[in-house]
Amino acid sequence: MSQATLRIQKISGHAGPVPGEGMYRDVKEKQVCKLVDTTTCIGCKACEIACQEWNDLPFASTTFDNTYQTMPDTTWNFWNLIRFKEHVRDDGTMMWLMRKDQCMHCADPGCLEACPADGAIVQYANGIVDFQSDRCIGCGYCITGCPFNIPKFHPATHKVHKCTLCADRVTEGLEPACIKACPTGCLHFGTKDDMLDLAGRRAKQLRDNYKESKGTFGFANAGVYDPPGVGGTGVIYVLHDATNPEFLNGLPKDPHVPWTVKLWKHPLKWLGNVAMIGGAIGLFTHYLRYGPKLEHKNGNGAPASGGPGGAQR
Amino acid sequence: MSSPGFLLPNNRVLRYNFRERMVHWSAAVSYIYLLLTGLAFWSPWLFWIAVVLGGGTVSRVLHPWIGLVFTFAVLLMYGLWAEQMHEANGDKAWWQAMRYYISNEDEKVPAAGRFNGGQKFLFWSFFWCGIVLLLTGIVLWYPQQFPEAVRLVSILLHPAAALLTIGLFMLHVYMGTAYERGAFGSVIRGDVSREFAMRHHRTWFEDIVREASGKR
Repeated sequence: MSQATLRIQKISGHAGPVPGEGMYRDVKEKQVCKLVDTTTCIGCKACEIACQEWNDLPFASTTFDNTYQTMPDTTWNFWNLIRFKEHVRDDGTMMWLMRKDQCMHCADPGCLEACPADGAIVQYANGIVDFQSDRCIGCGYCITGCPFNIPKFHPATHKVHKCTLCADRVTEGLEPACIKACPTGCLHFGTKDDMLDLAGRRAKQLRDNYKESKGTFGFANAGVYDPPGVGGTGVIYVLHDATNPEFLNGLPKDPHVPWTVKLWKHPLKWLGNVAMIGGAIGLFTHYLRYGPKLEHKNGNGAPASGGPGGAQR
Repeated sequence: MSSPGFLLPNNRVLRYNFRERMVHWSAAVSYIYLLLTGLAFWSPWLFWIAVVLGGGTVSRVLHPWIGLVFTFAVLLMYGLWAEQMHEANGDKAWWQAMRYYISNEDEKVPAAGRFNGGQKFLFWSFFWCGIVLLLTGIVLWYPQQFPEAVRLVSILLHPAAALLTIGLFMLHVYMGTAYERGAFGSVIRGDVSREFAMRHHRTWFEDIVREASGKR
């Protein structure tokens, strides 16, 4: 696992193949994954603080909005936000729902797709999607490319920041800081396969509980959130109701790289390049076939001096 | 003033006055900067252009501001030329005879005014593409200020409109330099030969001659 962040499997705005491609034998790096079990999060915010601490982020002021949420949205210096929702069920009982929101580390990252700057966004061999600030040009295309609204501008430098999945820690074989800080075990870290297995079993447990308790506790529609529209994610959730991730947990039901971004980056790019090169060839061919319209039909195109012949004929 | 221009000594005709030339070149220089930096953001294979022009970040910062310069130049151009660019009687015939224009059989091309049908098409296409580029460009300038749907539309329309202008631009540059000899001089020094004026803008030229003889 520790070599994985030295290898890149996807790179933004790069001409030609991914650097280092083909250098390695067919060693398939294991994809790392964070599992967030929203059913056991108590909203202690230890992960928020751990993230601030480890990544040495400057203080981000909190906003009290009469809820249990630290601030309305993640910011350039606040990458890990526990989203809060108070839900009154049909029987009058209440749910206090917490969802840890951060970069999802998509297998098919929209930010990377949209980014025009060479190497400003990379995906390491272990699946972590990371921003390289020194290469970021501040265009903000990643903001538009992201289906989860994660990248945020630094107002002064106009560079974009987000969760790195603690790539620096993971490289050294450590788990991300948020995982380390979690007191309830609602956060887990490991390979994607292991996390999917764990998440699947936890979701099943919740469903079984519901069945066995005849609806007293557990959740009938508990399930795992690993959206296939973005190729799966490096952060997966166990949700109370996987059939409706929007309502309870504020997650997009079927996130995709936006179709306009795809249209722009693939057919339009292809068409545009063909048209530009074809147009240039076409104009040159026209010149070869018909030549210039000379200013003076019987001259060589030199400016008129008003001399004899020239312009008069 | 329906069609500015007057006769000059040595069989020359003034085609573009100083003001028109200045506005043209303000638009041209700013457009070329926008084109180069825009192409750098368009394709990774052309990103080196941004590096040459001071780096990706500098290009990202300046592109929108130069875009405003371009917008300003286009607006001035609108003020100068919009009236003369409205469709006139001969334009339809000009379009129908365009194939003769392309194959250098200019004697079969109907007489045009100060601007022929093709030039009018270029002007209005550039103008409307410019509007689209401005509006979508503002969205891309401050993406965090706009709702997602607006950003998604802009990110597609901006390059699409830019591509259209690139087509127009290539055509315009080809015709103004290599193809239509004498045209480049007209936008640098301002004048063309009488022969040029007669061949390509006969109605305009005849107006000038009439005006000149009327004054005499």
